[in-house]
Amino acid sequence: MNIDVLKEYAPAYFSAAGLTVRIALIGIAGSFLVGLLCSLIRYYKIPGLRQIAGVYIELSRNTPLLIQLFFLYFGLPKIGILLSSETCAITGLIFLGGSYMAEAFRSGLEAVPNIQIESALSLGLTKGQVIGYILLPQAVSVSIPAFAANVIFLIKETSVFSAVALADLMYTAKSFIGMSYNTDEALFMLVLSYLGILLPISVIFTIIERKLRYAGFGN
Amino acid sequence: MQDLGIRVLFEGKNLIRLLEGLWVTIEISLLSVLISMILGIVLGMIMTVKNPLVKAVTRLYLEFVRIMPQLVLLFLVYFGMTRAFHVNLSGEVSAVIVFSIWGTAEMGDLVRSALISIPAHQYESGRALGLTEGQIYRYIVIPQTIRRLVPLAINLATRMIKTTSLIALIGVIEVVKVGQQIIEASRLSVPSAALWIYGVIFFLYFIICYPVAKLAARLEKAWNTV
Repeated sequence: MNIDVLKEYAPAYFSAAGLTVRIALIGIAGSFLVGLLCSLIRYYKIPGLRQIAGVYIELSRNTPLLIQLFFLYFGLPKIGILLSSETCAITGLIFLGGSYMAEAFRSGLEAVPNIQIESALSLGLTKGQVIGYILLPQAVSVSIPAFAANVIFLIKETSVFSAVALADLMYTAKSFIGMSYNTDEALFMLVLSYLGILLPISVIFTIIERKLRYAGFGN
Repeated sequence: MQDLGIRVLFEGKNLIRLLEGLWVTIEISLLSVLISMILGIVLGMIMTVKNPLVKAVTRLYLEFVRIMPQLVLLFLVYFGMTRAFHVNLSGEVSAVIVFSIWGTAEMGDLVRSALISIPAHQYESGRALGLTEGQIYRYIVIPQTIRRLVPLAINLATRMIKTTSLIALIGVIEVVKVGQQIIEASRLSVPSAALWIYGVIFFLYFIICYPVAKLAARLEKAWNTV
């Protein structure tokens, strides 16, 4: 292990980590919205949309992200839809993450007892108010552990973006290995970068979960 | 045109080759799943031991493997081990090693949580009824643990099958790589091959994972009444 090499590599890893984090953030925010939408559609059993959401969730949960990305990046241009690698990465991540988030919210929504909604309606709240003030706050707090697991899962999944020519951490490590044979240094920096991104997030979520468990909402 | 692009599947032995590639994927997944299940059960039982050193070591192993993307682990073994120990591992062997290390960690955690989820009063009631320790495990603890464990273990297996798609990136000739070869070979004769081949691979993964995931969901529902 050579310290000078590590120093030389550091800036490249920094910018790659920035890219990974940025795309992961956009992807996670998108997944959150898609998941919320899908779970509400399924919760309220909206005809038509419900079946579409169901098919989407099964398709997305039972296929690997790599294949989804290859389809978006190499397949779609053949029918005239040309996406940049960044758009592909974000679309792919939202497509994958949306279904995982939907499942997380679903368990949260199911955990809200019916009496809560009936009481709210009998108090004269509108349907929108019931969702905003009664249903979602309780459902989201129940699904926090699943949500946290999904966030970490999605950040880990970003490691395949190098396959659609996005200069992320894996891509950087691979090119350093290829160009200079400094395999040890390149891999060390790679592990360090992922630890730097994921370890704080994992610790923060553990603390939040513990706090929520102490709160003991509901029963 | 695009409508005819699907014919690339039926040209020559393309479909057979794709399925052969799929078999490599399945073989590597099944081997890793088998190793992970066996080692995971052992690890899970070790993790319930009260010894703080054992706890710390297993915890560190679990957290590290869980926090690292699987692709990073593949790189560490495929490129890193080769340099560090001067051994030449093929992509397939690296894949099985990595997925076993990862699967063992995940399985170990599932086994641990299933074991500690059996309430103490189950053991105590067993003892109060005059059962021996062996009988308590055989008739009370193990059946309940298995009911909690099997659906989760099946889910883990589908995750491992999906993750094996990554091994194309370290040069293993499996379904994705074969797909790429077919696309390259028919770039001029069938320009839209990429759309169809990746579409077919997408559905091949779906066809494998969907029934398995459904089975897990059904088992979970059926056994959850306990």
